[in-house]
Amino acid sequence: MGFIWFWLVAIMLVAYVVLDGFDLGVGILHPFLARNEQEKQLMLRSIGPVWDGNEVWLLAGGGTLYFAFPLLYASAFSGFYLALMIVLWLLIMRGASIELRMQINIGVWKSFFDGMFFFSSAVLAIFYGAALANVIRGVPLHEDGYFFLPLWTNWQIGSQPGILDWYTVIGGVVALIALAEHGALYLAVKTEAQLQERSRNLARRLWVLLFVVTLVSLPATMIARADSLANYKAYPIAFLIPAVVVLALLGMIQFSRKGADHKAFACSCAYLTVMLVGAALGLYPRLLPSTTGSQYDITIAKALSGPHTLHVGLVWWAFGMCLALVYFVVVYRMFRGKVSLEGGGYGH
Amino acid sequence: MDAMLLHRIHFAFTVIYHYLFPQLTMGLALLIVVLKTIAIRHKDERYNQAARFWGKIFAINFLLGVVTGIPMEFQFGTNWSQFARTTGGVIGQPLAMEGVFSFFLESASLGLFLFGEKRLSPWKHWGAAFLVFVGSWISGFFIIVTNAWMQHPVAYAVLPNGAYEVTSFWGLLTNPWGLLQYAHNMSGAVVTAAFVMCSVGAFYVLENRFSEHGKIFLKVGVVAGVISCLAQIFPTGDLHGRYLAKHQPAAVAAMEGLYRTQKGAPIVLIGQPNEENQSIDNPIVVNDVLSFLIYGTTQAEVKGLDQFPRDQWPAPLPLLFYSYHIMAGLGTYFALIMLIAAFLLWRGQLFQARWVLWPLLLSFPLPYIANTAGWMTAELGRQPWIVYGLIRTSEGYSKYVSASTSLFTLLGFMGIYTVTSILFIVLVYRIIDKGPATGMSKSVPTLA
Repeated sequence: MGFIWFWLVAIMLVAYVVLDGFDLGVGILHPFLARNEQEKQLMLRSIGPVWDGNEVWLLAGGGTLYFAFPLLYASAFSGFYLALMIVLWLLIMRGASIELRMQINIGVWKSFFDGMFFFSSAVLAIFYGAALANVIRGVPLHEDGYFFLPLWTNWQIGSQPGILDWYTVIGGVVALIALAEHGALYLAVKTEAQLQERSRNLARRLWVLLFVVTLVSLPATMIARADSLANYKAYPIAFLIPAVVVLALLGMIQFSRKGADHKAFACSCAYLTVMLVGAALGLYPRLLPSTTGSQYDITIAKALSGPHTLHVGLVWWAFGMCLALVYFVVVYRMFRGKVSLEGGGYGH
Repeated sequence: MDAMLLHRIHFAFTVIYHYLFPQLTMGLALLIVVLKTIAIRHKDERYNQAARFWGKIFAINFLLGVVTGIPMEFQFGTNWSQFARTTGGVIGQPLAMEGVFSFFLESASLGLFLFGEKRLSPWKHWGAAFLVFVGSWISGFFIIVTNAWMQHPVAYAVLPNGAYEVTSFWGLLTNPWGLLQYAHNMSGAVVTAAFVMCSVGAFYVLENRFSEHGKIFLKVGVVAGVISCLAQIFPTGDLHGRYLAKHQPAAVAAMEGLYRTQKGAPIVLIGQPNEENQSIDNPIVVNDVLSFLIYGTTQAEVKGLDQFPRDQWPAPLPLLFYSYHIMAGLGTYFALIMLIAAFLLWRGQLFQARWVLWPLLLSFPLPYIANTAGWMTAELGRQPWIVYGLIRTSEGYSKYVSASTSLFTLLGFMGIYTVTSILFIVLVYRIIDKGPATGMSKSVPTLA
């Protein structure tokens, strides 16, 4: 049961990163790609009908985590208190700026909301990357299963780290660049002409950065958590994961050069998925490792809910996910194709 | 500073602000379905224009409901981690189900409703509106199930590690408390939507702009209003009150300000609880009514607070007393004004009756206050328990999150919500000022 729920929660969080990732990416690129009001609107319109559905994966994944692993939810959410509150504020700012920009027709306000959209998207990406890095590095858990991390201490990864240290900052930078790349490849799929050309160009330039930071992140992880390869060594087939990461990276640039935008975007989805799966595999069966001694690690066994809860949960979860898939297929099919301001691509 | 108090205020402030939006969208979703149905059945384009107009107001409220709702789910973990840890196996379930069954449905169907009118046939577009309604009412159901378990825990067992687990999933979903509370709460949401719709309608009629649409709003709003306002008192409020008296007698005693157990207990209409003397100052009372309301006979004995140990009294008691009285007083006013308006509508005189249109125009904030006061009654009445009879509130909050950290983020939320409130008011005012467009709407909301 614990094995199943670990991977179900992981799948939901991967779905969140892959889906909300591209609209965060569009937000990060918004000030750099769009040259005029028309292009700004096109970029927003490309995520307009889907961004909040994508965000639902965060809520549904969070809820699933809550009932499957209550101890983890309680410990991590109270321990990362400050970071999570900042994430909440950014989510509010971001949602408001997307909606309000379309509603208010005053230039100054539009610029203001553009800035807010960019800022909140970029900082959210950094925080998500840093969050994952925090989980990999571990936190100073107390005997009772709780901890509380300040935003930063001395930026070192010792036994009493902060939410931000050199390793988690690297995690944040990887996420920022990966999601920007993801967004650029998405825009290449959804737009035409100059905007598409600029998206492709930017995707190619970002790719170099992404390649470098991805390579840096691997040895950094070894330093931050020496035993993160234990599962890999036990099951050497798992070393396919880093191989797929590299393949996906190479695929992105190759397909993008050929103008095969859909395939390049698919490679980016694969890249994000495999990076996250690789991290999850490194953790398993831990959920939140401790920097204060492995006896305090929060493991699946420690955090798992009661058996009846989990059995019933499996039934409605499977049913609910099938429904969710149907909705997503319907919405994405309805709004498929290139985005445009007049009729055509989007019904309005 | 008292950490528990700050965590309570943190949750109270964010949830009260959050619920300003869903109470409108849940009620409005139903009224939009009504507008769409009339539009199709009577082939009346004005009703489609009305539905589109309210769709825009719905979209803004929905967006704010979503972004202010995420902090609610998070706060179980951030500020109430002890509670989350022990009860996650029970209440994590309906919370996750809300996401899986309701939010996906809502976001998908709202996208189709707002963006898809040109692409969908009229009945399919009606279907999108209907699914928005279903999604939002399912969402409300799961939240009520969650809260009902805290009010009246059922179908649970305690695991060896002290955590709670569900023993019967069906029992959790059909908690009698939850069903009563759901009926009362959803009818309360319709009251809010009906008053808001009447208010805009009265504005247009009094102002003599878009008065054709204004009359439609008044018609639909008054009919929905009179039904929901009466249902709010009877049967939903009445049944909920009796059930409350049976299972949370201390809460009822505190709500009514009944310090001493007595036969033929009076009902206090107005007064101020005096905590030192344990009595009500400046009371206006009607004898025997409380006994009658709870037990159906005027001489029944009603338990006062003196029957309960001091450490089980809800606190702060005066706030609970006032919340309950504000809710009940406003509820009575709603039923009266809506009955008068419905009578005039039936006689064909409502649109000329300025003496009723003016109160309808001005009353739209009151259902928000009443719904908030109702929830404060439920939540303060539950104190000092976070799960009634099982876990005390003092055992629920995050011990490692200090009072000053909680205050820091509370202030942050206050700042952000001040900004969103200003923007919200400006936007809604602009939509109302522009009025229901004739013909297809050109402005496209981005929200899906």
